[in-house]
Amino acid sequence: MELVYFLIEAAVKVVAVFSVLMLVVAYLTLAERKILGHIQVRYGPNRVGPFGLFQPIADGIKVFFKEEVIPAKADKPLFVIAPMISIVAALSLFAVIPFGDKIEIFGRTVTLTIADLDIGLLYIFGIASLGEYGIVLGGWSGYNKYGLIGALRAAAQMISYEVALGLSVMGVLMISGTLNLVEIVHKQAGGHWNVLYQPFAFIFYLVCALAEINRTPFDMPEADAELACGFNIEYSSMKFALFFMGEYAHLIAVCAIATTLFLGGWHGPFLPPSLSWIWFVVKTGILVYFCIWERGTFPRLRYDQIMKLGWKVLLPLALANIFFTGLIMVLV
Amino acid sequence: MLIKYVPVLFLLVFAIFFAVFAVFFSHILGPKRVNPVKAAPYECGMITLGPTHQTIPIKYYIIAMLFLIFDLEVIFLYPWAVVFRKLGLFGFVEMMIFIFVLLVGFIYVWKKGALEWE
Repeated sequence: MELVYFLIEAAVKVVAVFSVLMLVVAYLTLAERKILGHIQVRYGPNRVGPFGLFQPIADGIKVFFKEEVIPAKADKPLFVIAPMISIVAALSLFAVIPFGDKIEIFGRTVTLTIADLDIGLLYIFGIASLGEYGIVLGGWSGYNKYGLIGALRAAAQMISYEVALGLSVMGVLMISGTLNLVEIVHKQAGGHWNVLYQPFAFIFYLVCALAEINRTPFDMPEADAELACGFNIEYSSMKFALFFMGEYAHLIAVCAIATTLFLGGWHGPFLPPSLSWIWFVVKTGILVYFCIWERGTFPRLRYDQIMKLGWKVLLPLALANIFFTGLIMVLV
Repeated sequence: MLIKYVPVLFLLVFAIFFAVFAVFFSHILGPKRVNPVKAAPYECGMITLGPTHQTIPIKYYIIAMLFLIFDLEVIFLYPWAVVFRKLGLFGFVEMMIFIFVLLVGFIYVWKKGALEWE
């Protein structure tokens, strides 16, 4: 009987997370356009509904009714599967993220995470790497030169920054002594946020994460000005939208993971444990806002500069961070 | 216990179902007016020259090989980092020797110019 309850609980959580996530992704596209608009002293979308609030819905409907163009020379199966890989990988990341403390519903203690895995962080890195296949295959299978260049750049850039990303969270692991994300959040209770002990790691993580999700200033794979949108150049209708949604879901995931690892997850003052998820949402929201803000501020880096930053700056610095963290922990 | 992974499976199935459903319905709902020009590779109006899948610069392969080496290092560091407190000084020195060996290789690669993009 316990098993049945467990499965029902899991299904309810999956549906809830999925629905909220889709809504957030839809409105994140609007938020990004609005914020960028205001940064550039223009209005942003304001035609559909009050303040353009129905714009995501209109976009969604439009995208369903657009013609899907598959280039004659494209590798059809891969071409269709690539955007699916992208979105499935991005959505699967949310399986292990702890959204809040335990709460009581109908006399049952429910953890606000879909699956409380002991290898949570490894799972995150594994699944996040799968998302690269979507981008690389998408650019390669369209039989378009811009797309191919975008895919190659994406592959090299993402694997370069993945190394630095993996190394930058090592300090957090050394302090927490666990890969379980719920445990990591528990260890940060009482204001002992990891960002206070690992400030440099937090900065490395943010930079690597921005490169990992191909955002400005690291948006080389799509670089509209030179590659005409890069890897997704041949995509139209829903397949394009899936890439887009995958990108935004990945952005939220990356910020949520940063919150979990460095900013104390759901911990915060004033709120009872049952409402602790509000702190999680606020912290993640601030990080997401930061990602949009810097897009309106920084120019795009050149490709050789990106690779140089990844291998020659971030990798040695992340290793040095591990060294000094270990040294201090051994000595103190 | 493997039962812990069942919710992950649920989410995975749900996400795959959503992706397939979305692509399938846009395929049904959208108009289909195929013509050879539309199905040609998009190059901003220019007619594309030569094959697309040509040889790829060797740089990318070097980066891929470096990635394999260093990502293995990262994976190797994870279990070490988790039990770091229990290992104490011995574990720290041990791992620093390992990182040092890799660092020598890294400096060699750097000096050889494998990380340059020109």
